[in-house]
Amino acid sequence: MSATDVTLLTAAAAVDAIERGELSAGELFEAYRAAAAGDELNAYLWVAQDAPAPVREGAPLAGVPLAVKDLFCTQGVPSQAGSRILEGYRPPYTASVVAELAAAGAPLLGKTNQDEFAMGSSNENSAFGPVLNPWDRTRVPGGSSGGSAAAVAAGSAPWALGTDTGGSIRQPAALCGIVGLKPTYGTVSRYGMIAFASSLDQAGPLTRDVTDAALLLRHMVARDERDSTSIGFPGEIALPASESLEGIRLGVPEELSDEGVGIERGILDAFNATLRLAEQLGATIETCHLPHAPHALSAYYVLAPAEASSNLARYDGVRYGARVEDGGLVGMYTRTRSEGFGREVKRRIMLGTYSLSSGYYDAYYGRAQRVRTKIADDFRAAFESFDFVVTPTSPSVAFELGAKTSDPLAMYLNDYCTVPMSLAGIPAISIPNGLSDGLPTGFQLCGPAFSENRVLEAAYALEQAIGFDELARRARA
Amino acid sequence: MIDREQVLHVARLARLELTDEEVGRISAELSDVLGHIEKIGELDLDDVPPTTHVVEVSNALRPDIVEPSLPREVALANAPAVAASGFLVPSPQADAEPS
Repeated sequence: MSATDVTLLTAAAAVDAIERGELSAGELFEAYRAAAAGDELNAYLWVAQDAPAPVREGAPLAGVPLAVKDLFCTQGVPSQAGSRILEGYRPPYTASVVAELAAAGAPLLGKTNQDEFAMGSSNENSAFGPVLNPWDRTRVPGGSSGGSAAAVAAGSAPWALGTDTGGSIRQPAALCGIVGLKPTYGTVSRYGMIAFASSLDQAGPLTRDVTDAALLLRHMVARDERDSTSIGFPGEIALPASESLEGIRLGVPEELSDEGVGIERGILDAFNATLRLAEQLGATIETCHLPHAPHALSAYYVLAPAEASSNLARYDGVRYGARVEDGGLVGMYTRTRSEGFGREVKRRIMLGTYSLSSGYYDAYYGRAQRVRTKIADDFRAAFESFDFVVTPTSPSVAFELGAKTSDPLAMYLNDYCTVPMSLAGIPAISIPNGLSDGLPTGFQLCGPAFSENRVLEAAYALEQAIGFDELARRARA
Repeated sequence: MIDREQVLHVARLARLELTDEEVGRISAELSDVLGHIEKIGELDLDDVPPTTHVVEVSNALRPDIVEPSLPREVALANAPAVAASGFLVPSPQADAEPS
């Protein structure tokens, strides 16, 4: 196979090719290393120079390399979470999930660009510049895992790790025309992930198809005693095979699938077309209700910044990263933070500090925690009547660079359909759902906690029926 | 509505120093976002328990046994300044005003 040919294989197909002896892991790594080094989308912040040590005999992922979002700590390799304040930081340890995947035979290919500390929906908040969408380089790839999504979509990585706090895997996957899965909170260890909002952050796969997402997730889920909120997964993640949705009940929440809430017409048309396909596959479709979902974004933009303001207190110029001297101690803290953090990070620290401050705590943080309870209850009630809840992933297709940077609220509304599942801690997948105006749209499907196998099965059946050709864009480019 | 005084107070709590331009901008932006967020004030939540975590885990404890950890020099390797095998910080007495 030629170097170009091997990067056209899905990760699962590459594993098979290596196991059959048709492809060498070293050849595959070099093909991707060259593609990543030649990336023109600013998707990578660091690319491996050298071939990794050979993977152990029988390693299930066979040496298929992995791109990893910058915020995963990787020993000796720059890990700055897209921020200047972690200038020069080379962690003394590796995040559990990255180590697990390396042990399973997926060596580190590179570190991908992201919104600073995962705060953003367009990747324009990176201290290292925006990532460009491979479908249209004048547009954003989504965020915050924008580098991971763009790299997979452009074929410079076979698959990638991202993190999702309010949609940061699913939304860029949708905008780049690939698959993104946010697992149930607690299934994948957060140890070694540079924290944004600890009660929401969850690592997950960004891949070319549903099978690859299942294969990568299989080797990610694990109980880890170094993460006190880690649970692991009951059983094993299976590779999906079903092409039917016979007997499956899909609930379409009125609150998250209506033009009135700001979802583009083209997105809704693509969504409704897929609902009709689902019916042909045997599913029943009914309207359902998540009455508190319209308040999810409000609750999220209290809770996530509050947790962030606490998590980011550690960046004080003492133990790692940049320091800006200013005579005294508090002066040093203040100068370091003021010069090290970017605009959006400061905005969220301010918002979080405000909502946690004396006199405002009950009105904001306390109320938001109660709204979170109601949102989780809404989903529990819906899953009594439905197997899955489905929505469009993002209210819009990829937008022009700079279009929303001056209006934080407009940017936050990108998370409208993805935040409710994050607050409820449930698994949700976005799969490519055809094009609108020549740009990818996403179809989101979520289920109860730990229903990953069923979610993947249903997503696979839909994927086969939709027949989205992720190679079409690269053939055109 | 969040005014300049409040912005400056919160910035002090968060150890951020804002330029005049930033104070004005953040005051407007936060007011905008808080205006949206305040819609949750309309909900009746009196009898609803708060959710701090979505998963049922409490007190994930391990046995209290000393285990190997990072060697001191490795833990200090990323520090901007080090002295006497510890993190070196500027003197708090040199701060312009006590905080």
